[in-house]
Amino acid sequence: MKHVIVGAGPSGVIAAETLRKVDPTSSIIMIGDEPEPPYSRMALPYYLIDKINEEGTYLRKSSSHFGSKDIDVIRDRVTTIDPKNKSLNLEQHDAINYDKLLIATGSHPITPPIEGMDLPGIHSCWTLEDGRNIVNKARPGSNVVLMGAGFIGCIILESLALRKVNLTVIEMGDRMVPRMMDQTAGNMIKSWCQEKGVSVHTSTRVDAIEKGSGESLKVKLDNGEVLDADLVISATGVAANIQFLDGSGLETDEGVLVNDRLQSNITDIYAAGDVCQGKDFSTGEYSVQAIQPTAADHGRIAAMNMAGKDTVHQGCVNMNVLDTMGLISSSYGLWMGIDGGESAKLCDNDRYRYLSLSFEDDVMVGAQAVGLTQHVGVLRGLIQSKLNLGKWKDHLIKDPTRIMEAYLANTQAIGHNAGVM
Amino acid sequence: MLRSLQIEPEKCTGCLQCEMACSYQAEGVFNPSKSRIKIFTFHDEGRFVPYTCTQCTEAWCLHACPVEAIVINEATGAKEVIDDICVGCKVCTIACPFGTVNYNQETAVVQKCDLCGGDPECAKACPTQAITYVDSDHTGLERMRAHAAQNLPQDNA
Ligand SMILES: Cc1cc2nc3c(=O)[nH]c(=O)nc-3n(C[C@H](O)[C@H](O)[C@H](O)COP(=O)(O)OP(=O)(O)OC[C@H]3O[C@@H](n4cnc5c(N)ncnc54)[C@H](O)[C@@H]3O)c2cc1C
Ligand code: SF4
Ligand code: SF4
Repeated sequence: MKHVIVGAGPSGVIAAETLRKVDPTSSIIMIGDEPEPPYSRMALPYYLIDKINEEGTYLRKSSSHFGSKDIDVIRDRVTTIDPKNKSLNLEQHDAINYDKLLIATGSHPITPPIEGMDLPGIHSCWTLEDGRNIVNKARPGSNVVLMGAGFIGCIILESLALRKVNLTVIEMGDRMVPRMMDQTAGNMIKSWCQEKGVSVHTSTRVDAIEKGSGESLKVKLDNGEVLDADLVISATGVAANIQFLDGSGLETDEGVLVNDRLQSNITDIYAAGDVCQGKDFSTGEYSVQAIQPTAADHGRIAAMNMAGKDTVHQGCVNMNVLDTMGLISSSYGLWMGIDGGESAKLCDNDRYRYLSLSFEDDVMVGAQAVGLTQHVGVLRGLIQSKLNLGKWKDHLIKDPTRIMEAYLANTQAIGHNAGVM
Repeated sequence: MLRSLQIEPEKCTGCLQCEMACSYQAEGVFNPSKSRIKIFTFHDEGRFVPYTCTQCTEAWCLHACPVEAIVINEATGAKEVIDDICVGCKVCTIACPFGTVNYNQETAVVQKCDLCGGDPECAKACPTQAITYVDSDHTGLERMRAHAAQNLPQDNA
């Protein structure tokens, strides 16, 4: 059996390793178009603050890792796929045949349709190459404008602030992380950042970017303000890398369409990670989540199915964790709540603490937290195990911080203790 | 033969000796807030439940880590955090459905139970044997794990 994986990010790498484990005699080829060994985009913010060097971003630390597992890593770009002949065309290498194919090509940052986005001095923060550029230009005291305070924008925000630049953040939405957290949490994060010296403009758009004096830029906002910038970082959203699949017959929408085995409409082709429109645990619908834990789960499950070990994907819980200059926040599943469902809330604006749990009947379906660092993961446990909370739902409505107890009370009734809690 | 921590909450009196021993072993201070094992108190019923990482086979934390900072200690089976590699992204803390890997703002890395390299201090410190270090195929242990993970997807890789 010959498995070919396109894309050498986390989902491709985990798929390759899983395949080696469950299909020991197969041949495995992984093709990635970036010049560096497989690395993690998620580690870039820590590279920007010198917490790690480039090697620190690598997904696998040993240079012989893939060789020792007999995983053939090819550095090249796949230009088209030909499902009829089960082959791939590459930019530099000869065409490659496959028995089973995994599309794990990730996503790319989108460029908003704003005049001047092609000027030098405007970067995304998506690749190691971007990281090197930002390290060069984001010097202490330089003026940096960050476009977009979504999840990725907010992650980079902390790194930029730690680099001691003069930072201004522009967000179209009415709060920070509008797709991850509600008004209360989003505004709490905003006032925290402002208190720490970052200028945050919400409900504001960039109208145009123009050349300023020397190498600097002028960023024009829709409220008439003009900002001087030495560097503009664009973090306004991402889109799946599906362009090369045009004309292949593979069905795509936001990403590659798959079933609950991560299999596409073409039998021997699977998809995983940011490029895959996979099942969402909470909604049961298929959407692109574009987060690391989902990329990891997809990689493993797609590989199982490619190896003939039928594995159903239950759906991934959408989850995020964010550290904005020391304020830690997280969100899970249906954090916005559901129609007719109850919720439990605790809010302390002065201490920057917020916890909001949403329920469907007596099952937790979503959560968001600001300022919570201990036992956060149990929120996932409560949601994903669909635990019937019974009377513990009322306890949580009175005091949402008792999440760990709610979990233990409902799962630890073992041995002599059975039934007592 | 691998061994595991077996926890029997019904024997726990809430004395916090395990938390003291753990924080001392891990950080050199007697400070329950730095312990990797936690005692949860159910005031209404006057009950105590010691809780820490079960070194679960699914190892959600390990699989979610983007930089391979959590590895399996082959000798003990523990999933261990390598502080020098951990970037502090906290993805493992939201991925572990048991809430047993936590971020430490002072050190900027995460912390979890590492079985003290095969000689867990909490088990030695517990005066009532509510925490014992037993062979991994012990039947009670399987029940404990199965119960804690009920309804969560199982790893079959
Ligand atoms: C700065 C930053 C911070 C982030 N922080 C977090 C976080 O805190 N938490 C979180 O959950 N997620 C985070 N993410 C998102 C996370 O990194 C992605 O979800 C994850 O990388 C997806 O993995 P993947 O394998 O699907 O895709 P990728 O990591 O994008 O890998 C895909 C690879 O395929 C290559 N490729 C694409 N097309 C081709 C082709 N035609 N031929 C060959 N190769 C190709 C790409 O160049 C790339 O190397 C962050 C992302 C960024 C940029
Ligand atoms: S920290 Fe959580 S996910 Fe990791 S091994 Fe322990 S119980 Fe499993
Ligand atoms: S916090 Fe550290 S151990 Fe946890 S996922 Fe991130 S890098 Fe890995």
